[in-house]
Amino acid sequence: MSAVIRFMRRPFANAVVAIILGFVVAAVILALAGFDPLATFATLFQGALGKPKYITNVIIKATPILLTGVGVAFAFQTGLFNIGAEGQYILGTVVATIVGVTFNFPAPIQVPLVILSGMLGGALLGAFIGFLKARFGIHEVITSIMCNWIMLYLCNFVVGSDAFHKPNSNTALPINVSGYTMVLPEWKVSDEGIAYLVARPWLRDILLKTDFNLGFVIAIAVAILMGVLLSRTKLGYELRAVGLNKDAARFAGIGVERSVVTCMLISGAICGLAGALNITGISPHTITLLSVQEGYGFNGLSVAFIAGCSTVGCIPASFLFSGLIYGGMTVQQMLGVPSEIISIMIGTIVFFTALPAMAPKIADWLERRRLTTKEA
Amino acid sequence: MDNLVLLAGITLMYSTPLVFGALGGVVSERSGVTNIGIEGMMVIGAIAAAATSYFTGNPWLAFLVAGLCGALMALPHAVASISFAADQTVTGVAINLFAPGFALFICRKLFDGAAMSPIVTKLPKIFGDGWMRGTVWTNVNVNVTTVLALLLTAAVWFVLYKTKWGLRVRAVGEHPAAADTLGIDVAKVRYSCVLVSGLFAGFGGASMTIAIISQFTQTAICGQGFIALAAVIFGKWKPFGTYGACLLFGATQALTIILGGGSFPVPATILSMLPYAMTLVVLVLFVGKSVAPKADGVPYIKGSR
Repeated sequence: MSAVIRFMRRPFANAVVAIILGFVVAAVILALAGFDPLATFATLFQGALGKPKYITNVIIKATPILLTGVGVAFAFQTGLFNIGAEGQYILGTVVATIVGVTFNFPAPIQVPLVILSGMLGGALLGAFIGFLKARFGIHEVITSIMCNWIMLYLCNFVVGSDAFHKPNSNTALPINVSGYTMVLPEWKVSDEGIAYLVARPWLRDILLKTDFNLGFVIAIAVAILMGVLLSRTKLGYELRAVGLNKDAARFAGIGVERSVVTCMLISGAICGLAGALNITGISPHTITLLSVQEGYGFNGLSVAFIAGCSTVGCIPASFLFSGLIYGGMTVQQMLGVPSEIISIMIGTIVFFTALPAMAPKIADWLERRRLTTKEA
Repeated sequence: MDNLVLLAGITLMYSTPLVFGALGGVVSERSGVTNIGIEGMMVIGAIAAAATSYFTGNPWLAFLVAGLCGALMALPHAVASISFAADQTVTGVAINLFAPGFALFICRKLFDGAAMSPIVTKLPKIFGDGWMRGTVWTNVNVNVTTVLALLLTAAVWFVLYKTKWGLRVRAVGEHPAAADTLGIDVAKVRYSCVLVSGLFAGFGGASMTIAIISQFTQTAICGQGFIALAAVIFGKWKPFGTYGACLLFGATQALTIILGGGSFPVPATILSMLPYAMTLVVLVLFVGKSVAPKADGVPYIKGSR
């Protein structure tokens, strides 16, 4: 019991409690709807971690939400609520596609060019939202949400435009091959590569059956880099000071308006990077007609909140969410349980992470109970 | 002339769900609780209305049930933000993550795995169904919910500004500590306001699925809750100001539809941006420094200073 109490006082205990409650609420809803919760969860884990291929896909799908999560967490630490991650992500994919289709340089130039242009798109949109807040005092949540929808229709406009539409499809043209970031894209389909891989089925599963790409390395590096930027540099200090107390920061000589724009610019760039890496790393290497928002931004919010808005904490959180989402698809295929149960679970987890100091309160309660039982 | 009548008709039609959602926002925010979850509560109202109307055939009952389900969805937001001093933006976002998933889950469960409900019985139009059919004037025959929305706006205005209860709500939203010292139960006032905001948002969802369209679909509610929040800000947290803002947003949507139907040389995707771009422009031009209730979004902890 004392081990439990000590654990509950740890900083990440709140997240663990929230995750457990998420599973509990999902189990209750599943049971009420006539599904077997335990079988569902078993299939969920099997579908996320059962084969090397599944694990690879979880990593691939964790990459964009890790980055949008870092973007949101970064903004949140500086007092801004970047609900516009979705729009910045979409603009990142759109700009990366346009640049990747238009230009065809050798890979060492093309890859950075496509990625950086996607980042630039996201950064400009983020800075625009920051500017509206700093200059006109309009709450970033409202402007972000409007921008999310505008970006969705912009994406559809580009997909449908004469210059970029791929005939007889609902996608735009794929970017030129020199912009791809998969691991060993040519070697793995060459005779030599196939001969090597046939002897190693697990590696064949990972390389040939998935779009295993370099994105997650970049994403993890960005998460760590942003953590360092916030906690170890002058810029990070100033940004956080503005987030904690605007008036005190202004009094200390920090340009609050400029800091708001800078922060949204960085946050937007990270979300744009998420979009660009999905274009370079994952087939069909292009943008698709969107009817509803894809959810990379909103999942990023969930990742950031469950991580307590620590950018490094986003790394495990993104793997958790990616596993849930990927495993959720198996649940629908195998058991017929609507995969929306995952959204329910994620919503519940985020809800409980918003309750501050939940775990320490449980620890206090356990301790009191232990003391009273001892006295008795 | 014909086009103007058409424009007025479609404007009233599309602004109705916004009015209900935005009034919910006004009530909640005037009491000092930010409610970003309006969107989610509208989705819950939308599915509840469609399902109730389908199984009972009674759209009025469906309208009421939708409101109650919206209020039920508002309850966790109230508990977290009032009793637990949680971050209200985060719990609001959580509700927006939870509700669409839950609504679709229920929809699939009730209707054999389909992501939309069958066609259900609608609420009546104000002049009955076949009125002036075939002429442009049939557009003036608006949904009964459109009238209800206007009446509700007047009612919210009356309660907020002309009753003791409304004075308490405004006091709690501006300065909860002062209200507390005068013996007003801050938590009770805020709880009732958040629940009422869920009720209104639920009505808003219902006015989409059993008045404008006649079924629940995944995209029935897509962003109206957020536009409603923008309307609250643009309307300066006042019931009639907010109503006017909703009409404006409804009008941009109506323009999108009318221009899209004609031989207007602009792609549909660009036209679809209009309501959202318009919101941005309006906010930039007219809002200036906002005049939110002072304690909006700030949890009240008794005894703290």
